[in-house]
Amino acid sequence: MKQLSRAPWFGPLCAVLAVYALFALLAPQTFTRSANVLTMARQTVIVSLAAIGMTLVMIQGGIDLSVGSTVALTTVIVARTLDGGSGAWTAAAAGVALGACVGALNGLLVTGLRLLPFIVTLGTMSALRGAAKGLANEQKVDADPKGLDSLMALPGGAHGGFLLPTGVWVALALAVVFAAFVAYTRPGRHVVAVGSSLETARLCGVPVGRITLIVYVIAGAMAGLAGVMEFATLTVGDPTDSIGLELEVIAAVVIGGGSLSGGRGSVAGALLGALLLTEIKTGSTHVGLPNWVQEILTGAIILVAMALDRWREQGRGSG
Amino acid sequence: MAEVATPRLEIRRLEKTFGGTRALAAVDLAIAPGEVHALLGENGAGKSTLTKIVSGVYPADGGSMRLDGALHAPHSPAEARRAGVAIVHQEPFVCPHLSVAENVLLGAEPTRLGLVDRARLRADARRALALVAPEISPDAALGCLGPAEVQSVTLARALAQSGCRLLILDEPTASLAAPEVERLFQVVRRLASTGIAIVYISHFLEEVQRIAQRFTVLRDGRRVGTGDIEGTAPSHLVELMSGHALGGRRRRAPRTGGDVVLSARDLAGPRLPLSASFELCAGEVLGVAGLVGSGRTELLRAIFGLERVVRGELRVRAKVGPASPTRRLAQGVGLVSEDRKREGLAGELSVAENLTLSKLPAWVWPARERATARRLIERLGIKTSGPDQPVRALSGGNQQKVALGRLLNHDVDVALLDEPTRGIDVRSRADVYALIDELASQGKAVLVVSSQFSELLEICDRIAVMHRGRLGPAVPAAELTEHRLMLDAAGVA
Ligand SMILES: Nc1ncnc2c1ncn2[C@@H]1O[C@H](COP(=O)(O)OP(=O)(O)OP(=O)(O)O)[C@@H](O)[C@H]1O
Ligand SMILES: [Mg+2]
Repeated sequence: MKQLSRAPWFGPLCAVLAVYALFALLAPQTFTRSANVLTMARQTVIVSLAAIGMTLVMIQGGIDLSVGSTVALTTVIVARTLDGGSGAWTAAAAGVALGACVGALNGLLVTGLRLLPFIVTLGTMSALRGAAKGLANEQKVDADPKGLDSLMALPGGAHGGFLLPTGVWVALALAVVFAAFVAYTRPGRHVVAVGSSLETARLCGVPVGRITLIVYVIAGAMAGLAGVMEFATLTVGDPTDSIGLELEVIAAVVIGGGSLSGGRGSVAGALLGALLLTEIKTGSTHVGLPNWVQEILTGAIILVAMALDRWREQGRGSG
Repeated sequence: MAEVATPRLEIRRLEKTFGGTRALAAVDLAIAPGEVHALLGENGAGKSTLTKIVSGVYPADGGSMRLDGALHAPHSPAEARRAGVAIVHQEPFVCPHLSVAENVLLGAEPTRLGLVDRARLRADARRALALVAPEISPDAALGCLGPAEVQSVTLARALAQSGCRLLILDEPTASLAAPEVERLFQVVRRLASTGIAIVYISHFLEEVQRIAQRFTVLRDGRRVGTGDIEGTAPSHLVELMSGHALGGRRRRAPRTGGDVVLSARDLAGPRLPLSASFELCAGEVLGVAGLVGSGRTELLRAIFGLERVVRGELRVRAKVGPASPTRRLAQGVGLVSEDRKREGLAGELSVAENLTLSKLPAWVWPARERATARRLIERLGIKTSGPDQPVRALSGGNQQKVALGRLLNHDVDVALLDEPTRGIDVRSRADVYALIDELASQGKAVLVVSSQFSELLEICDRIAVMHRGRLGPAVPAAELTEHRLMLDAAGVA
């Protein structure tokens, strides 16, 4: 039990359950309906996918501010590819590949020019947004989704059974894969080492540059996949979509036990963090709270999560 | 002498527990004004913990402290400082992005009209530095200094503190060479003569015997002895520290020299070394003596690929080629850094993670890594609550053992050791010597840098002296004396 309560995802899990219970009490008729739970799971997918990548980046000691722009650019690319006559699979692959390329660019700038990740991704955030707008001629790009929308659709219709959309399963599967990557593989452990102490990692023969690059490529690919899911939801390529998404993603990672100074973070925690944010948004709407209250509430939750985490950390020294 | 007047510092039944570790158990201590008091004990005995409580870093769990008779219970380092306690911590706390002068006067910057008076800041810092390290410029960025220089800066910071009544030095000489130690002793003696009480922590008993008048020995957080230095044999102190008598000096296992595994010809780095040539054979321990800043560390780092080589040739076995830590480790060359806080260890990671980091399998099973770590903990006698404890919670000497343990785990053929016994207690130092000996007798090659010339003479087959970036010829240790090394290191022909 003590061991369990020390896991980084334990706090967020409690928060998710507590907030769920709270809204279930406040809006019993609507909030707990299976349709609503499904909708929440679906809405969480996009933030979750990006948060998996961001978790790795933040464990490595970096940050990626270009996530929102990458998602927007991907929706445009997917739409354009479909428009050009390609099939759904090709379009999705193009989206993910584009994300990976963006990640590689970020990673190369960080390792090659030795620039701070914050600065690099601040730059690419703006540049990619511009590219998205240019590619879309500054308007939405309509395209026949050719079945891609089924990724995020509820199997069996809006009031159907408790089956989850494919996108949710994809996010869960990738979460398992990357959680295992961090915990049980050599490159994964190296990511933690680099974030914890770059100098020590270098001394121990960790290929610091390569690890950094890998992490940004993964983060980019995950952002690309999030963009594919976003297109599946919108069924339109929108260059002005997902502005500020990166902040929500970072919040999810931080709630899940990630640290801005590197060395710490949890994929499971980040997923729960993303779910918590959706819960608050959806719940507030169900209860009828205005938008500004929601935003204050979200901010407060992040701060409380941080404070609790600090407090738990105090006892860790004795291990 | 302490009992007559009011002691400068009086500690009664001090208690401190970290999680399950009782770091201090009912410790008493009394120090008179003007007294140099040696605080002795093995790694993890609780020495640093005691000094951190006196200086307000940690609160005590129980017991009381009095400073000149007045109750002393600081809630913060700043409060302890105002009460007249100055301290040089074992692991320096510094801000790498600030200048040396700013670090010396951190928290006590002179101001004029509410603004920092930069002229006075530099003048004050220069004055404090002149006492311990006149060669360090107050304008240098602290991040560019090596650990020995950083230690001098923290010492200057303690000395710059006005109204100091009690000065605590936690292993101040751990990375200093003989001449620098002399300079420190002069300062300590002068301060003591003005009535400042000094707590002096060191694992070097010769030093302690020269500088201190009284001693207190801690073992596992308990006080096991206190008395006058005069009339106490070093062997008795060792016995008190470890709880049993130290075995005689080990005889070295016979070694058979092998092929040359590492050689350098006219090696030069961007700044240091200027020129270094040597050959290191399998089954040999080669020592590099020299003063702080002579380029010994830079030589090791260049060999290991952590620094650029601008000229000369470096061969690992017969191979030349580009160097990087990854490549060197693959070739079986490992390095223990002198700077364990910044680069030797990852403080937030666990003991197990630090031990196995350089040699992780493709698939990492935490249980197996823990088992490996347990074996090394056992073999090196690392004092820790377990493989999962974060390294930063270990005492200084035990952290050093973790850094050494990583090389053992990697099973390197060529070990580059930069101050391998820094902060290690008397008994463990003997263990480390035995370990180096064992490596050499197994046919591994060892290159050791140390500021303790007596240490080099004891463990090395041959020793070369580095002076101002130039490495002299390697001479069999049997033909050398400490005095000779000292003269060579200082460049006195
Ligand atoms: N912050 C901490 N958290 C948990 N345990 C700690 C912490 N600081 C010290 N300890 C434990 O307390 C004990 C005493 O440590 P301390 O640093 O005082 O030893 P020391 O006598 O200074 O040893 P050394 O000669 O190696 O510097 C050790 O067992 C250490 O692991
Ligand atoms: Mg200590």
